[in-house]
Amino acid sequence: MHPFQYQRAENNGQAVAAVAKNPEAAFIAGGTSQVDLLKEGVHKPNLLVDVAGLPLRQITDFEGGVRIGANATNTEAAYFPAIQARYPAVSEALLAGASVQIRNMATMAGNPLQRTRCPYFRDPDQPCNKRTPGSGCAAIGGYNHVHALFGASEACVATHPSDLAVALAALDARVQTTGPQGSRTIAFTDLHRLPGTTPHLDTTLAHGELITSIDLPAFAGRSHYLKVRERASYAYALASCAVALEMDGPKIKRARIALGGVAHKPWRTPAAEALLAGQRPTEKLFQATAAAAFADAKPLEHNAYKIPMGRNLLVRALLETSGLQPLAGPAGTAFAASVGGMAGQVATPN
Amino acid sequence: MLTEATGQPLDRVDGRLKVMGGARYTAEWDLPGLAYGALATSAIARGKVRAIDVKAAQQAPGVLAVLTYLNAPRLQPMPDKVGGSLFRGEGGITETLQPLQDAAIAYAGQPLAVVVADTHEHARYAATLVRITYDEAKPELDRATASRQTLPEAFTGSKEEPLQVTVGDPKAALAAAPVKLERVYESAITHHNPIEQLATIARWEKRNGADYLTVYDTTRGVDTLQEVFAASLNLPKENVHIICPFIGGAFGSKGWLYAPALLTAMAARVVGRPVKIELRRQDMFSTAGQRGATRQTLSLGATRDGKLTALQHDTQAQSSMVSGYTEPCARVSRMMYAVPNLGFAHHLSHLNLPSPCPMRGPGETVGGWALECAIDELATELNLDPVELRLRNYADKNPETGKPFSSKHLRECYARGQELIGWKARNPKPRSMREGNSLIGYGMATTMYPAARREASARTTLFADGRALVQSATHELGNGAYTIFRQISADALALPVENVRFELGDSALPKAPTTGGSATTATIGPAATAACQEALSALKQIAIRDAKSPLFGATEDAIEARDGRLVRKANAAQGETYAAILQRAKLPSISAEGTAKPGDEREQFSFYSFGAVFAKVRVDEASGSVRVAQLCAVYDVGKLMNPQTAHSQFIGGMAMGLGAALMEATHYDARNGRAVVRNLADYHVPSMADTPDIIAEALNIPDPHISALGARGIGEIGCVGTPAAITNAVFHATGQRLRSLPLTPDKLLKALAS
Ligand SMILES: Cc1cc2nc3c(=O)[nH]c(=O)nc-3n(C[C@H](O)[C@H](O)[C@H](O)COP(=O)(O)OP(=O)(O)OC[C@H]3O[C@@H](n4cnc5c(N)ncnc54)[C@H](O)[C@@H]3O)c2cc1C
Ligand code: SF4
Repeated sequence: MHPFQYQRAENNGQAVAAVAKNPEAAFIAGGTSQVDLLKEGVHKPNLLVDVAGLPLRQITDFEGGVRIGANATNTEAAYFPAIQARYPAVSEALLAGASVQIRNMATMAGNPLQRTRCPYFRDPDQPCNKRTPGSGCAAIGGYNHVHALFGASEACVATHPSDLAVALAALDARVQTTGPQGSRTIAFTDLHRLPGTTPHLDTTLAHGELITSIDLPAFAGRSHYLKVRERASYAYALASCAVALEMDGPKIKRARIALGGVAHKPWRTPAAEALLAGQRPTEKLFQATAAAAFADAKPLEHNAYKIPMGRNLLVRALLETSGLQPLAGPAGTAFAASVGGMAGQVATPN
Repeated sequence: MLTEATGQPLDRVDGRLKVMGGARYTAEWDLPGLAYGALATSAIARGKVRAIDVKAAQQAPGVLAVLTYLNAPRLQPMPDKVGGSLFRGEGGITETLQPLQDAAIAYAGQPLAVVVADTHEHARYAATLVRITYDEAKPELDRATASRQTLPEAFTGSKEEPLQVTVGDPKAALAAAPVKLERVYESAITHHNPIEQLATIARWEKRNGADYLTVYDTTRGVDTLQEVFAASLNLPKENVHIICPFIGGAFGSKGWLYAPALLTAMAARVVGRPVKIELRRQDMFSTAGQRGATRQTLSLGATRDGKLTALQHDTQAQSSMVSGYTEPCARVSRMMYAVPNLGFAHHLSHLNLPSPCPMRGPGETVGGWALECAIDELATELNLDPVELRLRNYADKNPETGKPFSSKHLRECYARGQELIGWKARNPKPRSMREGNSLIGYGMATTMYPAARREASARTTLFADGRALVQSATHELGNGAYTIFRQISADALALPVENVRFELGDSALPKAPTTGGSATTATIGPAATAACQEALSALKQIAIRDAKSPLFGATEDAIEARDGRLVRKANAAQGETYAAILQRAKLPSISAEGTAKPGDEREQFSFYSFGAVFAKVRVDEASGSVRVAQLCAVYDVGKLMNPQTAHSQFIGGMAMGLGAALMEATHYDARNGRAVVRNLADYHVPSMADTPDIIAEALNIPDPHISALGARGIGEIGCVGTPAAITNAVFHATGQRLRSLPLTPDKLLKALAS
């Protein structure tokens, strides 16, 4: 681990100033992502500004929706009654991620800012443009089992690993920040970037820009998150998807779909979403929607499995969200989100 | 009257100590003046160090020394053989590369420098400052095209473990067989990944003018490590002392790879202070051993009514450039079924990958998987129930050697296992059962484990306060060794278990082999018993000669131990406590050593444990996810010394087998040979949500030949068999045969699409 100074932030302004003026400085909140990367020698900040103590932990009603403080833990947000009831996709995504211990530490700002699980990124002895710009991309031509189908570049084919981010993208959440240039609101779908020629930049945040809250806009529809992983718990998604449906009687008024595990950011699918608007939900319609969602997928050597997996997953998510099929477990829990359920005689408790 | 302690479900005697944090693991010893070492390892898999620049590391805060091949102490070559195991050469068990002796690089992750500093943090940071440049060569990473390919003669050089065998004429029998089947099975590289990483602390001193080395190490073979150190460092064996009272899991690691331990001793020598090196999790994927990948071809010939006429099992194994370790995949095929024409071969390719070593069920876990899947395929081919096919080929004697089995009750295992899972109630037709989004399938497999027994010694000390201490240089891996050896010793001494302590994990104690091969119970149990008998015999002699003793003048044969007393067999009222005898003799204690080893019975019988594993799975077709709904096994492992610790061993092994079946795999980059998976977030072992309530039963029928205790080993049998039962259940669920471990969703989806 590279030596660094550690400082507790006194207030938002001080935190922003301390990081903004030092290009080698970084924030730390729960530390569950940051500390791993320090230990791997991937991040080498010379100053860590701990923002976990800042009073940004409240979850409150806000403009008909919910404002989630940046420092609310993943656990607090997942079990917050208004979120679990009105935005079950968010609770499902959170509770299907990581482990209880990690969720108790992890914060709502830190989670979408965690970095890729591309294994090459975490090995300083491998080339990686994201970690060391210009060194090359080992995943292209290497072991690219967990990599992207959409929006990748010749510089980087990594995926974003956060489950939460996928749900937030489908719900058109907004991110409140305060930075060296003052405060602003960012559409969640604009928070993350595609790799392009600058894969070392994951987000559109400025250096030293502090997330203060994540806002869920008012929403009267149904939402749902589904996740496939290589073990029943405590594993990142191979593929996931979040669906938000607003109904108008028996018809779908508006649909939003975000795919996870397939791109450098949660992958919204406007063409597929458009197919659903004004339609009655049927399995056939959902098949066509899924086909459209994956029409432009560009697989690498080891990740083509994500295409059928992702399509099947999206069909199921739409069937379950529209009520054509029952959820695999209670809405707003990991049991609803976890494809395959748990081992044992009964897959999911009801 | 005391009840026998063996066979009782005694709680782990070290359990409380462990949960209270009182059990001291290797990395936790705190020695005065301790310095810390960190490794800098090779970024490339093949070539040489061109230059190694240690200046920045040396100048970093707290750094005491940097060792590279240019300045490290010289080592003697790794010995050819230790404790009867072949170390060097094809089929040898260990890595022979001695660390930091030259510039050559055999695999990525190979240690190339050790940085020693005053703190752990300083050492690790400074290690990142070591700059190494390379003359890189193209690594050999493909089994099929490897330039060094061999046919090893025997596993670890043992005459009982030939790797190339033909009995009868399998080729001709296959050609003539009415039903034939040839299938290829592949398994991935897997890693042991115990919670406790490898660690060593080494301290040099002068004792009587000579160098003396004390080593705390995570080894499961103190005596073997002592020999390796003595030979490598050119020291008399008596001047090397190895200590390891607790191990945080090994699963095959911590036995046979010595570079990190040797590096610690070298570093301590150079800085003149005790040094500790604890591996990082990432290093566990390069310097701690692995199960190599395999490609196995199973050829079966059978009659229409399901009698096997031929079985040929050919394995393509892989090892590193610096080890001859060969995964002995035919260990199950060579003994399981009554087949007159039996052959197996092992082909070894040397690659620029880290060295393999045994991993729970070496050979059996993946070799048994291939065999038991092939048998299942044959059952489908013949339209026979998989259990029935196995019964039709039930072996009463070992098909390779012709020796009868010492004790075999496998039929009962099959019968009970079927009841436990509800085998008969299933619809045997593949792809016929469904629940919601899931396909349901049932599968089974036979399992076994060789019932090894080795020579070992122990010492028993009886104290004048009525307590006893029994000691042997064996190990506690978390398996319950402290507990059952206390139970066995208590019975041998006719004392309550509370009055007996057992000590282990120290090379100064009476000799014991490396813990492995599920042989510890069968090896140390009789040794402890022998030592206890020797101690009692010495005590009898004192009593016999003591005119004040009620046993005065008796012959030893006429005296027995009962309830903590020596009494006349003819009249138990005539006798006295051990304490009374010692107190009157003014002896604080009396000690005796005993040795036990297997004898002629090994020539007469074939020693194996058996079992049958049954699994029910759910397969989510849309995602390719497999979940195990039920996992049941019934084992015939001889007499259980402690049903509680035994049960833990069974279910732990089965969970590990479940991991091998569904998720465990380490990938290496096919271009540069670096481990791509290097942490426990990406290397998946089963979580609680992956493991159903496992049912494991044991028949508990003593083996009349293995030893007076009747106990065979149980450490590995749970892991063997489980992968095949699950794979066969996936076939029954989906109608698709998957022949590549692990059965991850991508592979399922591919198979289901076809
Ligand atoms: C073993 C393991 C398994 C996991 N599995 C999953 C999984 O299945 N699904 C999943 O989604 N996640 C998973 N995670 C990731 C986990 O969710 C994240 O590590 C966690 O959410 C990060 O939150 P944190 O508060 O600990 O962030 P930190 O580690 O403290 O910080 C993460 C990043 O966010 C920045 N940051 C933190 N707060 C702010 C702020 N207010 N403003 C601006 N920048 C900020 C930091 O500078 C840093 O770059 C897993 C993690 C581990 C270790
Ligand atoms: S995919 Fe991106 S993160 Fe992975 S090696 Fe390539 S550049 Fe690095």
